Amino acid sequence: MKSDANSKNANNTNSVSTTNNKSVKKLLLVVLAMFGFGFALVPLYDVFCDITGLNGKTNTSAATYDASSIDESRTVRVQFITRNAQGVPWKFEPVQNEIEVHPGEMKFVSFYAKNNANNDIVGQAVPSVSPGRAANYFHKIECFCFTHQPLGAGMDVEMSLQFYVDLELPDDIKTLTLSYTLYDITNKSS
Amino acid sequence: MTTDVIKETSHDDHQNDHHGDHKMTGIKRWLYTTNHKDIGTLYLWFSFIMLLTGGALAMVIRAELFQPGLQIVEPDFFNQLTTVHGLIMVFGAIMPAFTGFANWMLPMMVGAPDMALPRMNNWSFWILPFAFGILLSSFFMESGAPNFGWTFYAPLSTTYSNGSTAFFVFAVHIMGISSIMGAINIVVTIMNMRAPGMTYMKMPLFVWTFFITAYLLIAVMPVLAGVVTMVLTDTYFGTSFFNAAGGGDPVMFQHIFWFFGHPEVYIMILPAFGIVSTIIPAFSRKKLFGYSSMVYATSSIALLSFIVWAHHMFTTGMPLFGELFFMYCTMLIAVPTGVKVFNWVATMWRGSLSFETPMLFSIAFVILFTIGGFSGLMLAMTPVDFQYHDTYFVVAHFHYVLVTGSLFSLYAGAYYWLPKWTGNMYNDALSKWHFWCSLISVNLLFFPMHFLGLAGMPRRIPDYALQFADFNKWVSIGGFAFGLSQLIFLAVVIKCIRGGEKAPAKPWDGAAGLEWTVASPAPYHTFSTPPPQSDIDNADQHSH
Ligand SMILES: [Cu+2]
Repeated sequence: MKSDANSKNANNTNSVSTTNNKSVKKLLLVVLAMFGFGFALVPLYDVFCDITGLNGKTNTSAATYDASSIDESRTVRVQFITRNAQGVPWKFEPVQNEIEVHPGEMKFVSFYAKNNANNDIVGQAVPSVSPGRAANYFHKIECFCFTHQPLGAGMDVEMSLQFYVDLELPDDIKTLTLSYTLYDITNKSS
Repeated sequence: MTTDVIKETSHDDHQNDHHGDHKMTGIKRWLYTTNHKDIGTLYLWFSFIMLLTGGALAMVIRAELFQPGLQIVEPDFFNQLTTVHGLIMVFGAIMPAFTGFANWMLPMMVGAPDMALPRMNNWSFWILPFAFGILLSSFFMESGAPNFGWTFYAPLSTTYSNGSTAFFVFAVHIMGISSIMGAINIVVTIMNMRAPGMTYMKMPLFVWTFFITAYLLIAVMPVLAGVVTMVLTDTYFGTSFFNAAGGGDPVMFQHIFWFFGHPEVYIMILPAFGIVSTIIPAFSRKKLFGYSSMVYATSSIALLSFIVWAHHMFTTGMPLFGELFFMYCTMLIAVPTGVKVFNWVATMWRGSLSFETPMLFSIAFVILFTIGGFSGLMLAMTPVDFQYHDTYFVVAHFHYVLVTGSLFSLYAGAYYWLPKWTGNMYNDALSKWHFWCSLISVNLLFFPMHFLGLAGMPRRIPDYALQFADFNKWVSIGGFAFGLSQLIFLAVVIKCIRGGEKAPAKPWDGAAGLEWTVASPAPYHTFSTPPPQSDIDNADQHSH
C-alpha cells in the first residue's frame, strides 16, 4: 500500500512539475512585458504630454502662421525668463522681459547670449510654457531653440524668436510665461 | 534551531522515507538547501539583520537631529544615511521578512510538500546578501553611499550623482531579480500545489494576501528594473530619458518611479493584512468576519494601487483634472481598507478575547495602522498636500504604516508561529516587555513628527529651526528606546530556539489552519502526502 502511494505520488510529481513549468513561462512573459512597459512609458508620456500640454513643452519644429484674424479685444501678457543649467558660463537673457500681444498677432522678440568662457561651447535652450495648459496655444514660427547654438569663446549673439498666441487660448489665461533653460551640450554634439 | 530540526527529522523519518534525506550539515546545509523551511529561516534571519542595520543608520540620524545644528555628521553623509536607511528597510527588512513568512507558512497552509520551485527558491535568497553587500560597500568607497534618497529622483541620481549610482543600480537590479523569483515561486505554489480539496475560497486569507502581493510584485518590479536602467544609462551612457537638454523630462522619472512605488507600498502592507487576519480570529475564538469581503477588498486595493501614483507628485504642477483624478482615486482606496478594519473589529466583537503577545501586536497594528491610514487620507487631499509635502508629516505617515503596520504584523506573526518553528514556547514575560517597550517608544518616536511636519519641518535635512528643538529631542529619545527594544526580541528568539516550555502541535486553542495539524517543531518534510479533506475543512477558518 505504501509503494502504491509512492508511485502515485511520483506520477503526481511529474504532472505537477509540467504545470509548474507552464505557469513559470507565463509569469516570465508577464515580467518581460512589464519590463517593456516601463520603457514604453517613455514614448507614451511624450504623446500624452503632446496632446494635453501637460509638461509645458512647446512645439519643437517650426509652426506655420495660420491665424485667420487678430482678436484685438483681448490682450495677453507674455513674459520671458531665462535660466542657465548649473555651470553654463554664458550670459543669457531676454532683450525685453515681457510684451503684450493680441491672440492671432505675430510678434518678434530677441534674446541675448554671450559665451564668457575661454572655450567654444555649444548651447541648447529648452523652452517651457507656464501654465502648462497654455503650451499648446503658444506657436513658435521661428526659434533659436529649434537648433543648437554654437558660440565661440567670448562671442555674443542676438537670437530671435517669432511666435503668435492662438485665438483659442482659454479665456482665463491672461499671462503666459515662456521659460528657457540653457544647457551645455558641447560633449554631446561633437 | 539547526540541532532541533535535525533531531526532529531523524525520528520523523518514517513519515517521509521515500524522500530520502538529502540534508547536509554545517554551512553547506544552508548554502545548498532547497527546503522551504530552511529558506524561510534564512530569509527571516537575513531580514532581521537588515532591520538592525537599517535601524543603526536611523540611530545616527536621530542622534544628529537630537539638537539643532550640525554635531555628528556632515550634511552629505546625512543624506547617505537617510537614503540607505530607506533602501535597507524597504528592500532588505520588510520585503524579505514577508518572503520568509511565505516560505515557511505557505506550503504548510495549502498542504504542499514544499514550494513549487525549490532550487529557484535557493537562488532568490542567496543573491540577496550580495545585493546588500554591494549597497553597503559603497559607504566605504571614495564617492560614498547613494545620497539621493531611496526614491532616487532624477537629476539627483543622474546629473548630480556622487558617483554611487552604478552600485545603487546594480544592487537594486539584484534585489528586483530576487523579488521576482520569489513572487513567481509564490504564485506557482499557490496555483498548482494546493492539496486536493483546497479550493481558492477555502484558502486561508494569509494565502490570499500573499497570492495578490506576488502578482503585484511580478507587475511592478520589472518597471523598477526599467527605471533604474534608465537612470544608469542617463548617468553613464549619455542617454537623455530624464535630461531636458537632450529632450527628456525629469518629471517623467517621477511618473515611472511612482508607477512602481505606489503598488510597492501595498506589497509591504497586504501580507500584513494576511497575518493579522490569521491572528485576530485565533485569539477572539471566532471565525474571521467577512472572509470573502476580505478577499475582494484585498484585490480591489491591489487594482486601485495602479491608478493613484501621482498623489506623490501633486506639487509638480499637474493640471487640475489630474490632481482631482488622483485625489479621488486615492481616497477611494480608503473604502476597501475601511472594510478590512471594520472586519477585524467585527471579528473581535463579542469574541472570547485573550491577550497573548501575537494578539497584542495585532491589536496595536489595527489601531496604529489606522492612524497611518488617516494621515494618508490627509495627504491624499491635493490642497492640503501642498502644505504637508516633503515635511515630517509624510515621515510620520509612512512610519506609522510601515513600522506600526508592517513591522508590528511581522512581530505578531513571529510570536504566533515561533512555537511551530522552534518547538518551544517563547518567554512570555520577555515578549510582553518587548511589546510594551516598543508600543510606548514607537509612539514617542513617530507621533510628534505629525506636529513637526504641520509646523513646517522639512524631511531629509540634517538641521532644523530652533522652535523644533524640544519635539526633536523627544522624538530622538523615542527612537533610541525603540531601537533598544528590538534587542529584546532578539533575546526572545534566541532563548526560544535554545529551549523553553515544549510547544504542543497546536499551542493556541483558537487557531485554525493546516500548519497546526503537524507536530511542533514542524518536521523537516511536511505533507509529503496531502492532508485529508476533513483537516482542510476543519482548517477552513471562515466556515467552521
Ligand atoms: Cu502612493
